Amino acid sequence: MEDRILEHTRSEIGSRLLMSRGTRRFRRLGALAGNAVLVTIASSSLIALLFIFYFIVRDAIPFFRLEGFREFFTSTRWYPSREEAEFGAAAIFTGSALVTAGAIVVAVPMGVFAALCLSDILPFSLRQVVKPVIEMLAAIPSVVYGFFALVVFAPLLQRQGGSLLSVGALIVLTPLALIGVAVAGDLISARFREQARPAARISSAVILLAVVTYLLFEIHRFLGGLQIASGTNALNASIILGIMALPTVVSVSEDALNSVGRELREGSYALGATRAETLLKVVVPAAKSGILAAVILGVMRAIGETMVVWMASGNAARIPKPWFNLLEPVRTLTATIAGDMGEADQVTGSARYHVLFAMAACLLAFAFIANLVSELIVRRSRKRLG
Amino acid sequence: MRGSRIITALAIVAIAGWAMVPASAAAQEKIIIDGSTTVGPIAKAFAEYYMSMNKDVNITVSESGSGNGAKSLINGMCDVADMSRFMKDSEFQAALEKGRTPVAHVVAVDGLAVIVHPSNPVKGLTVEQIRSIYTGQVTNWKQLGGPDVAIVMISRDTNSGTYETFESLVMNKEKINEKAEYVGSNGAVRQRVQSTPAAIGYVGLGFVDRSVKALEVNGIMPDMNTVSSGIYPIARPLFMFTDGYPKLGSHLYRFVTLYLTPKGQEIIEEIGFVPVTKY
Repeated sequence: MEDRILEHTRSEIGSRLLMSRGTRRFRRLGALAGNAVLVTIASSSLIALLFIFYFIVRDAIPFFRLEGFREFFTSTRWYPSREEAEFGAAAIFTGSALVTAGAIVVAVPMGVFAALCLSDILPFSLRQVVKPVIEMLAAIPSVVYGFFALVVFAPLLQRQGGSLLSVGALIVLTPLALIGVAVAGDLISARFREQARPAARISSAVILLAVVTYLLFEIHRFLGGLQIASGTNALNASIILGIMALPTVVSVSEDALNSVGRELREGSYALGATRAETLLKVVVPAAKSGILAAVILGVMRAIGETMVVWMASGNAARIPKPWFNLLEPVRTLTATIAGDMGEADQVTGSARYHVLFAMAACLLAFAFIANLVSELIVRRSRKRLG
Repeated sequence: MRGSRIITALAIVAIAGWAMVPASAAAQEKIIIDGSTTVGPIAKAFAEYYMSMNKDVNITVSESGSGNGAKSLINGMCDVADMSRFMKDSEFQAALEKGRTPVAHVVAVDGLAVIVHPSNPVKGLTVEQIRSIYTGQVTNWKQLGGPDVAIVMISRDTNSGTYETFESLVMNKEKINEKAEYVGSNGAVRQRVQSTPAAIGYVGLGFVDRSVKALEVNGIMPDMNTVSSGIYPIARPLFMFTDGYPKLGSHLYRFVTLYLTPKGQEIIEEIGFVPVTKY
């Protein structure tokens, strides 16, 4: 309000002292035109988005009018090219959900820990090296990932899938198990009296180590004995998608962790907390909503990826038995749209053409909702942190 | 200072303009070809040969599937549509509605080879056995004389002519089992089969090489003679569709009738298909 009064006064004074009326009017029109151009440019992206929404939803509605909702969402029989076509996309939705969930399991723990390392643990010189390397992962084209998954990773899974899985599981589980043993040993020995504590600590550590070693050995034997019949399956797609979503999760989480601020960390250290306590109990909970936003961005990246899943997920429209068996081929929404695009012509097949738009509309709706949720979370956290 | 900068800018613009002139001065006739990944190699080889014989023609070949090729021809986006199946009634209708008359030229004959991994001991199958594999009735190789492994079925995506041929000549209108994996091209089928010991797939005859093993179908091995004489049960003609019959003597006409010349048939044989005539 003050600015406007000041501006008006200034222009009035300026105009009366230095400019003629014509120049004044010209100046004002110029400012108005400039504003209009900027607003148009800024809103063009909004207009583009509205157009995309409109055209996709407009062409998706005829499918639902022709075939109804029930078969699309509940049936698992996908035979669009036959004369008595069946458009059951439930298996395809499940496939999308499965590979996305798998990608999140791969990307989020690794990503959040990487972000934690980058923001709090690594020395500055190492950070300067590691961060660009992680961001390089985002620069690799998705078709290169898909090619790698099809030509290198799939045969690898078929030949040595079991041993790969067991080695991967051991690499992840062994440090966690050792930490767990140490923590549990401390907790158990705390229940004993002062004199008995060292003995309690040693004996509990020995017993727990034995149990953990046995469990890890069993896991190694189970996973090592797995025979993967077909390397193009949900696991392949999940791992590659996880690697693709990793840079997004790391970047946004690291931003969230950095924005927590030094005061919180310094206060925690000043109260005598160790670094681990500070990180796990103060910093991460404070950055919780930012990390959640990062996870949602990773989800959106994984669910919208087309080339990788089209080449490497097997494209079999069925729900694996049991539903969490990632070693079977699945089909995703994006791969179906890409794969069926050629035949599904507006002229030659009506429902077959519109069903692809129906799938696109579902993907758009999901992306929209996920974006909205992420935005609300970030806004709520910003309000709380002040 | 400012003067030298202006001169530099003008020089760059002049050189760029001069570099672009030769490309536009040779007014080239263009032929755009789109369609099947099976016929694509033939079109590409023909294009290379034809362009080397005639410098004033520029031929571009894309391979986006028979369905896409027909669509492009109907919409006027290409001059020649490669298709590994005949045009459907609905596609013909659409073309006529848009004022185009598709004319078919049979450039070669293709056998659909059923391939397995080289380590698979099975030598041959009947059409009924292949059908029972793909409908999911037979699920293990040991039921067919092979090792005790579950069969991994590889199929082409539904937008390909190869799939349509397989569906009409082998599947006999029955549904392919939901466990079948779908890939996007002949090359992808071969890649999957050569790296998966338990896999079975189908490709155009031209895509069979040492890395996979072709099976006998009904006792007949797919090769040049059995396919061209029609003895091999899974064989199909390969088409190039044009809009109307091309004007005699035009580049399009000479390109599209290359398959009748000895050199064209040599090219077709080199790629692994069967020429329509014995030259």
